[in-house]
Amino acid sequence: MPVWPIFRPVAEHGLLVEFGAMIDRAIHARVLRLDRALAAAAVPGVLEAVPAYAAILIRFDPRLTDHAAIEQAARGLLDVAPEAPAAPVWHEVTVCYDAGLSPDLAAVAQATGLSPEQVIAAHLAGEYEVFMYGFAPGYAYLAGVPEAIRLPRKPSAQRDIPAGSVLIAGPQCLVSTLTMPTGWWIVGRSPTRILTGDPARPFLFDPGDRVRFRRISRAVYEAQA
Amino acid sequence: MNGRAELALRFAGPHVSVQDAGRPGFLRYGVPASGPMDRLALAAANLALGNPAGAAGIEVSPGGLVLECLSGAVGFAVAGGGFIVDHAGHRGGGWRTATLRSGQGLAIRSGPWGSWCILALAGRMEVAHWLGSAATHAASGFGGGLLKAGMRLVVDETRCPAPRAIPFPVFARPRGALRVTLGPQERFFEPEAVAAFLAGPWRMTDARDRMGVRLAGPPIPPRGALDTPSEPVARGSVQVAGDGVATVLLADHQPTGGYPKIATVLDCDLDAFVQSRPGDLLRFRPVSATEAVDLARIHAATQYRYLEALRRARQST
Repeated sequence: MPVWPIFRPVAEHGLLVEFGAMIDRAIHARVLRLDRALAAAAVPGVLEAVPAYAAILIRFDPRLTDHAAIEQAARGLLDVAPEAPAAPVWHEVTVCYDAGLSPDLAAVAQATGLSPEQVIAAHLAGEYEVFMYGFAPGYAYLAGVPEAIRLPRKPSAQRDIPAGSVLIAGPQCLVSTLTMPTGWWIVGRSPTRILTGDPARPFLFDPGDRVRFRRISRAVYEAQA
Repeated sequence: MNGRAELALRFAGPHVSVQDAGRPGFLRYGVPASGPMDRLALAAANLALGNPAGAAGIEVSPGGLVLECLSGAVGFAVAGGGFIVDHAGHRGGGWRTATLRSGQGLAIRSGPWGSWCILALAGRMEVAHWLGSAATHAASGFGGGLLKAGMRLVVDETRCPAPRAIPFPVFARPRGALRVTLGPQERFFEPEAVAAFLAGPWRMTDARDRMGVRLAGPPIPPRGALDTPSEPVARGSVQVAGDGVATVLLADHQPTGGYPKIATVLDCDLDAFVQSRPGDLLRFRPVSATEAVDLARIHAATQYRYLEALRRARQST
């Protein structure tokens, strides 16, 4: 068994710190803990930190520091980082499950043996955590899809899926921000903007934040979209 | 002086876009830094005009660009690769500055070598910004945006500096060897596959855009099931898909990826690398993390001296 964390160099400007090899809340909590500690510590030469499921990439300016110094700083932060995470920030994302906005709802119901209303209830019952951003700007991967509606990705991707689509695959959910292809199941549409357009806070979520979905009618969706 | 020039785009090849120094620091929100494929070219073109090194310019792909000045006059500079520039009845190479005047046309097209060049304009381009940068993120169109025939561009606070040549730095040319650190996911490959990766040779393909370039070479399929959680990706990551095809990720790379990264190209080799062309052969040369930092510092010092000389030359004219 490897001894975590493992430090791996990434070219002349990065150090990948791995805490595990799977998607797991405890592993992810260690990622976020180092992320918070790095933000608070302002380690000289660090340009940015990029948390993911089980690893965090620390990018640095090689003119000012190097891999060994960054590893030493990260190890020091791991030793002193507090165990108790800060109270999570909650966000509410509204979603409309109307037929025209949820093209895969019937297929998810069929594949899970539930009724469409039960799929919606299960999706709304989930308490989601922002694990990471990936794929494209503002694509926040939300972990916490209830077991009853977890499905593998569709066999092939569909093109030109509109922004605001609420997608699920396996334990993950996301609200898309761009017109993009996806192989995930489209169960609804949200008027909530993850790319807020607010220069002071351009992204709605930070990794580690929590999300609840609230159902809205088509009329409310149309008014807000 | 507060001149203003209006330019009309008559033709723009695919991937021609507005780029400035980019928007680093948002990768944690899924946003790559973008910016020019050849960052040295943008800095050189801007400094040759007296602009800030990271000011917004136009990145021209091998497809080329044709525009016309409708009103006003503005200095321009072309740097990066070996493109052909037609301006006011004069045909020549890039790596020079001149003044584009009302009624004149300017055409830039692919020349003897290189894949990307920068057209910088002396002044301030009126372009859209996103997250504080005009760099275009191609997949979303955010930032200054992709340029198309029929569009108009306005440049404010125009200047018309004396024409000059821009010295061509030898380190801007693509080389046949790319320095890499192995990994961070080389453990997903058999030792024979890592050896084949380093033996090469690899050939540039025409499957390329601002997100990355696909290479053709020995098959190096990752072993076992690819069930690793997605990990952050860097500009320069060499990602290998399940079918064994290697892709070098570039300016508009995806923020994360589940495919293993067998190696990462040193950032200080990327500006020259992107000037390669389909069919060019290359090999990867592994270096340690310590060597990588040493090479980056040498490169940064060389580039700094070159750019400072450009800046001083403009200040003294």
